[in-house]
Amino acid sequence: MIHASPPAQSAPATTVAVEVHDVTVAYQRKPVLWDVDVNIPAAKLTAIVGPNGAGKSTLLKAILGLVPLASGRVEIFGKPLRRARSLIGYVPQRETVDWDFPVSALDVVLMGRYGHLGWFARPKTSDRDLAMESLRKVAMVEFASRQISELSGGQQQRVFLARALAQQAELYFMDEPFAGVDAATEKAIVDVLRDLRAQGKTVVAVHHDLQTVPEYFDHVLLLNMRLVASGSIDECFTQANLQRTYGGRLTLLDEAAEAVRLGRVRR
Amino acid sequence: MDGFLRLITLQDSSTRTVLVGTVILGIAAAIVGTFAVLRRRALVGDAAAHAALPGTCVAFFVVGDRSFAGFMLGALLFALLAAAFVAFVKSATRVKEDAAIGLAIGGFFGFGIVLSRIIQRHPTGNKAGLDSFIFGKAASMIESDVRLIAIVAAIVVAVVLLLYKEFTLLCFDRDFAQSQGWPATALDLILMTLICGCTVIGLPAVGVVLVVSMLVLPPVAARFWSDRLSTVVILSAIFGALAAFLGTAISATAPVPGIAGFSNSGWPTGPIITIVSASIFILSMLIAPRRGVLAAGLRAFLLRRRIGLQNLLRSVYEHLEPGGDLGRPWAIGAAGEHSAAAPRAHRAGLITTNQDGRFQLTHAGQQAASELVRVHRLWELFLIEQAAIAPDHVDRDADQIEHLLPAAVLAELEERLQQTGRMPIGPSVVPTSPHPTMGPP
Repeated sequence: MIHASPPAQSAPATTVAVEVHDVTVAYQRKPVLWDVDVNIPAAKLTAIVGPNGAGKSTLLKAILGLVPLASGRVEIFGKPLRRARSLIGYVPQRETVDWDFPVSALDVVLMGRYGHLGWFARPKTSDRDLAMESLRKVAMVEFASRQISELSGGQQQRVFLARALAQQAELYFMDEPFAGVDAATEKAIVDVLRDLRAQGKTVVAVHHDLQTVPEYFDHVLLLNMRLVASGSIDECFTQANLQRTYGGRLTLLDEAAEAVRLGRVRR
Repeated sequence: MDGFLRLITLQDSSTRTVLVGTVILGIAAAIVGTFAVLRRRALVGDAAAHAALPGTCVAFFVVGDRSFAGFMLGALLFALLAAAFVAFVKSATRVKEDAAIGLAIGGFFGFGIVLSRIIQRHPTGNKAGLDSFIFGKAASMIESDVRLIAIVAAIVVAVVLLLYKEFTLLCFDRDFAQSQGWPATALDLILMTLICGCTVIGLPAVGVVLVVSMLVLPPVAARFWSDRLSTVVILSAIFGALAAFLGTAISATAPVPGIAGFSNSGWPTGPIITIVSASIFILSMLIAPRRGVLAAGLRAFLLRRRIGLQNLLRSVYEHLEPGGDLGRPWAIGAAGEHSAAAPRAHRAGLITTNQDGRFQLTHAGQQAASELVRVHRLWELFLIEQAAIAPDHVDRDADQIEHLLPAAVLAELEERLQQTGRMPIGPSVVPTSPHPTMGPP
């Protein structure tokens, strides 16, 4: 295993929400995540940060079991994924969905309750009430019966967030929740995040805007195919670490990956 | 015509069987088809239908000519094989879905034609087999066939209703479904099996080439009428039943040149059902109130006219504003380029012509114009203040947005401008325009 330099980590928090052990993910022969080993602390807001193509979304999907791991394993609150499903909420990227689908905002938020319902069961009144409450938390109650294609990008993002809130999870994964949203939505999302932290929930979010990382989050995970650094904002979100994450020239690891892909090196 | 009426009132016992069969089929296919279309798997149904040909041929070799159930089973097996083939090619190679479907259709159907040739030379082979397989031969459906079709259709619909929320979730957001722990691949497989099942029971009635239209046309037509999934599914079933009913009736009774009455040489059912279904679709596409083409065109036309009239009033106002008197007459050419709307403004009582032939605003026109300008300038202020747009660029932007704003948003806008101290005067007076307007000539 090649490390450009050992990943820097601050002292582990008292409880760990997600343990990522030596995870490698590869598409065909090109590695996307390489030997990522990190503990994400509970009851904190953690940002995953890195340049385009760094594998940030892939890391989320790998943790959630949506992409296969070439090697390594993941534990959530000390349990394997399949036993921790009910503890997880997920806000995927908006682009993954066809917004012309014939459902209303409330229908989408109700889908957050499906995990608790089990096979064949229909949502109950209590589920509907919870869904409406989630919409209220993101200031979207007036849009409950609106078809989702009539919503703006920011409103769609808030509906996705409400859906995750309806899952009533302990740990929330969010993939670029602030991407392309208006100022009002950004504020609404930040309020929800702070609310979640006050309740002791954990949030792990892929975030693209370096400016707002120290303002919105407590912890940061710097990723560029491999883990560059992880820890509290104060200790980790430094110029040196950012330079190592976003540095312009190809790192030793990237050159090696290229060589493998082109078949010049036998693995 | 007489025969047609007898038929649709179900008085003719021999056709009643056929009608029941195709209607049940139409309903099941439309319901499954709704999810097939939402999941973008509709064309895989086409591949499945074409793969059914070698399936029925193989069934013939195995169980002979007499077993309808045997044919259906063989067809289903090969249909599933084709669907699996498409999925495999997509996941294991770089071949895209449309090419993979083409591969399946060509490969399986070609193989099937070869097999059916062999069967036709076989002593017990059915000579008319290939034709009725391709075009459907609903007229030769007997009661036991219809019973089998009904059973399969009932199972298919029952499974869809049982797994309604699971399929909805799968079709809308597969990743999210998986993250909740739903077995997305298994659900996809079940849906695919249901599609293949519907395809296979549709073959005797409408034939291989057109059975996919029974899956696709009703849901797409239904989508024009509703934004709620449950309504779309129900409407789709209604459209499917209607197309099947009318299509079968027409194909049985419509005069074929040279041949009259209901007989085995009537029109083939498949194409007629498809034509009825397509007509329902075209009608829906045109006349549906919100998503239909005509309604959208009308809305766009009315909006353009409304904007034209409002632009006229605004440019008249800005022309008159420096002089302080909104009621004074002006020469029409001096007040801007939107005089195409002038006749309508006259009819609406906003403008009158005085004895000299010059136009002037009526009281109603003055009110309308100053209200319009107030809203417009509120937006301009907002865009400059909040969105940091240079003042000279503002007019164009404010123009478009203003015509699409609901009243509640306007009220909020005014409130915010008041709070930030940017609303220069009271609600009945017009704020000064932040960029130079055209003055008097």
